[in-house]
This record gives sequence, C-alpha cells and structure tokens, in this order.
Amino acid sequence: MITQQLINGLMIGSLYALTALGATLIYGILRILDIANAAAYLIGAYVGWYIYLSTGNIILTFLGAILLAGGLGVLLQKTVYSPILAKPQVIAIIPLVASVGLFTISNDLVRLIAGPGTKAYNFSFPVESYRIGGLVILPSWILIFALTATLLLILWFILNKTKLGLAWRATAQDSEIAKAVGVDTSSAMALSYVLGYGFAAAAGIMVGILYNSITPALGEVPSYKMLAIIVLGGLGNPFGTVIAGIFIGLTEVLASVYTQIPIPKDAIAFVVLIIVLLIKPSGLISQKNKT
Amino acid sequence: MTNYLFSIASNVAIFSILALSLNIITGYAGQAMMGHAAFFGIGAYSAALLTNAGLNFWLALPACLIIAGICGAILGIASLRVQNDFLAITTIGLNFVMVALFNNLEIFGGSLGLATKKPYLFGQRMGNREFFFLAVLVVIAVCFLIVKMRRSWFGIALAAINNDEKAASSFGVNVSQYKILSFILGTAIAGLAGGIYSHRMGFIFSSDFAFVISIQILSMVVVGGLGTIRGPLMGAILLGVAPELLRSASDYRNLLYGGLLVLMVRFMPEGLLGDGSPLMRAFAKIRVSLFPKKGGQSHG
Repeated sequence: MITQQLINGLMIGSLYALTALGATLIYGILRILDIANAAAYLIGAYVGWYIYLSTGNIILTFLGAILLAGGLGVLLQKTVYSPILAKPQVIAIIPLVASVGLFTISNDLVRLIAGPGTKAYNFSFPVESYRIGGLVILPSWILIFALTATLLLILWFILNKTKLGLAWRATAQDSEIAKAVGVDTSSAMALSYVLGYGFAAAAGIMVGILYNSITPALGEVPSYKMLAIIVLGGLGNPFGTVIAGIFIGLTEVLASVYTQIPIPKDAIAFVVLIIVLLIKPSGLISQKNKT
Repeated sequence: MTNYLFSIASNVAIFSILALSLNIITGYAGQAMMGHAAFFGIGAYSAALLTNAGLNFWLALPACLIIAGICGAILGIASLRVQNDFLAITTIGLNFVMVALFNNLEIFGGSLGLATKKPYLFGQRMGNREFFFLAVLVVIAVCFLIVKMRRSWFGIALAAINNDEKAASSFGVNVSQYKILSFILGTAIAGLAGGIYSHRMGFIFSSDFAFVISIQILSMVVVGGLGTIRGPLMGAILLGVAPELLRSASDYRNLLYGGLLVLMVRFMPEGLLGDGSPLMRAFAKIRVSLFPKKGGQSHG
C-alpha cells in the first residue's frame, strides 16, 4: 500500500517538476514569476490535441506543440517581457501582473476558439497496466517518467555542454557582468523562453494523455502550484525544481491518504510552501551560485 | 432600475475601498501583496459570523476591521522574513489556503456559503442605496486617512522605505515597524470592506474571495496609478463599470480585461492617472497655462 502511494506520489511529482521547469528557467534569467507559462501548458495541450486528432502520430504531436509553444514564448519575451524589464520598475511585481494578464487572455482565447467543453485525447497504450507483485503500474506513468527523464537530460546537455548553455549560466549568475564580457544575453533569454514554454507544452500534453480530458481551465491549478514549486526549489534552480516537484507530489498523495486535514489536495502545496518559507526564507534548496 | 444602479455603484464603492487599502501596502510601502482578497474574505466571513451570532451590524463592522487587521499584522511580521518575489508567492498562497478553508470548514458554511441578515438603519432594512452611501462614507474616510498618513512621519517613512529600504534603515527609520503598520492598516480596511460586502450581498461564497479577485483589485490599482489616491479610485470605477457596459459582449469580457492589463503595464506602467503618466503631464500643462501663478507639478 505505502509503496503504491509512493509510486503515485513520484508520478505526480515528476509531472509537477516537468510543469515547473519552464517557469524556473525563465526566472533564472529574467527574474520574472511567469504565470503565463501555464498558458503554454494549456495551449500545448490543445495544439497537441488538434495535431493528434488529425495525424494520429504522438511524436509529431509533441514536436509540433513544443515548437509552437516555444515560438510563442520568444514572441512574448520580445514583445512584452523584455520591453517591460527595460523600463524602470514602478513596483517589482509589474512583470507578474503582465503575465497574469497574458494568462487570462490565453484562457479566454482557448475557450472561444476550442469551445468550453471537454476534449479527450483517447490515446491508447498497447498494454492496459502492468502488475509487479501487488503494485499496479500504468503505461502512461512510464511514459511520463521516460519523458521527464529525456527532457531533463536534454536540458542538462544544453545547459552544460553547449555554448548557448554557457551563455545561459553566465547570464543567470550575473546578467550585467555577462553582458559586459560579451555574452549574448539576449539569446540566453530567448533560450529560456523556448525551453520554458516548450517544456510546459510537453507537460500539458502529458496531462491530457494521463487524464484523457482537457478543458480551457486546464492551466489554472498548475499556474499557481508551479509558483509554489519553483520557490521551494530555490527560484531559478532547475535541479531544485525537480526535487521540489517530487516533494510536493509525494506530500500531496501521502497527506490526502494518511491524514485528515480539512484542505483540498491542491492547497497543500501552498501550506508546505508557507511553512518552508517561514523556516527557511530562501526556499528548500537555496542557490549555490548566487549572492 | 435605480436599485440596479445602486447595486453596481455600491460594488464600485466597495472595490474602491479595497483598491485604496491595497495601495497602502503595494503603492506606498512597496510590498508585493498579491492576496488582498484573503483579507477581504476574512472581514466578510467574520462580520457574517458575528451578526449571525446576534451581534449588531454596526458593532460587527469595527470587529471585522480589527480581526482582519490582526491577521494582517501576522502577515506583516512574516513579510520581514520573506521578501519581494517570495512575499508575492506567499501572499498568493495565503489567498488559496484561505479560500480552501472558507470552502471546507463547517463553520464557514462550506461550499454552500454563508447567509447574512440585512441590517437595520433607523428602523429601516438596509437596501442597495443605504449600502452605497455607507461604502461612499468609508471611501471618503479612507481618502482622508491616506491624505493624513502621507503628511505624517508614517507616510514619509513609507516613502523612504519604498525608495530604498536599506538607506531608510541606515537613517534610523524603523523599517520593520512601519512595514507591519502598513500591512495592518491596509488589511484592516479590506476587512471592513468585507463586512459591508457580506451584508450587502446577503450571501457569500468562498469564490467571492478567490485569487482572481485579488488580481482584480491589483489591476484597479495598477491601471489607475500606484501610489496615488485618484489612481485606485479611477481604476475601481473604470474596471467596476466596464463589465456592466460590456454585458452584451460578456463572452469577451475576460479577454478585454486581460488585454487591458497587459497593454497598461507594457505601455503605461505608471497607470492612467499615476504621477508622470501622459494624462497627468498633459493635465499639469493645462493647469500651468490656465493658472500661471499657481503652476507646478501635481502631486495629488
């Protein structure tokens, strides 16, 4: 029983990690809490649904949605976020307000274009479920695990083994100095948005396949839960985000199964967040490479 | 028809109170408060519970003001530890946790909501008109309080903290004390607005105090102009009346709302009527040309 719950928690947690990674990459460079990242999650799920419905090819579905969301991310960065950051800030949360506006727009656009009803992916796996001992393992979980691992590996490779990744890390550490020594900070920012929005789109499709239903309200819960996770992960630390995502997933599953607290599952992330922040204001995992 | 107009007008007035009170925390003290609706809700639910327990409405109002203020003081103390982006997320989280509690605890009526009795004024049951005048009175009182505050040491200290917290503290400004005070003041006033709201509506649900409402209040302040009195008032009127005018286009309401928000922060982050906004600069120019002797920059 407990092993099954741990596996459940781990699954949900890696899905959270996947969802929150995009916002982490963006925060790492631009210091923006980007709620609109959940718009990419929503749009990714819908675009993926259209592609899957018309082609039936799951690889094409992921690629198409990721590319489109990534493009949207760069577009928003160039037209909205970077110009806002270039001006002197009235208050620190102005970019956050902009992202809330963008998220509202995207929710409504999806509702107007695709209709308010539920859509189903109807993606069928070759095997119903695996049974190992007393444990039930769904093939969709294996897909999530595999996808999260693959995307993390790609991210690790880009950040650590490519020139662009080096630029990203330099910009994340100190964008002024990085710029002064000739690092291409503007491509580092664009990279953040391509990867950030692309990851969110992939997570959106995964959720669509896992629960077999998408609605225009799909992004609402992740939009804020994602924030709790990236803060717990130390804001802008991709590794910390993965740990925090899994931590929240496990906490949610275990707390809703083994305790009788009067709050719904989706609020648990914030209870954990508030407790952790009050004890350790820099998050669960603080950054090593920042001041 | 008049009842309908008074119902909209009292809503606008209640949101003016909320926008003005948020502006104390966000505009004057510069703190990233994203969960103002939580305190609106704390006030609304505590006033409703008090009057349902038999307390007079006019005594419940100051009580809910104090209760919300005490909760705000706790957040204020927490804000000393948790700052900027972390504070923004903590307050968002607080909003979600409060709504979850309103929605799940028996005492708050759970998902069924909570009914309130309409209070009496001079032996008459209060309607939308009376609530409108009550809310307007509170708006005037809050404006007066803010004018007073800005001219006091408290206001000057807040301006210093907002400008540069470290510099202010090195000049001997007690940053912690003033920050907490701004939280107490802002949240207490929001609680009062909640008390009026719950009795005007006659029924409250947890969703009335959701995160979306916090965003609406924040939008009013940002669209109108942070750190001014006219800004939040203008924002509350504009964003409060627009949905009624746009009723025919209600399908596109949120779209326009979000679009307005993005366009405002992208092209006019100081707000429509904020200090240094194009509108205010034009206004100052006209004033100088009309009254050359009195001229000068406006600082309302």
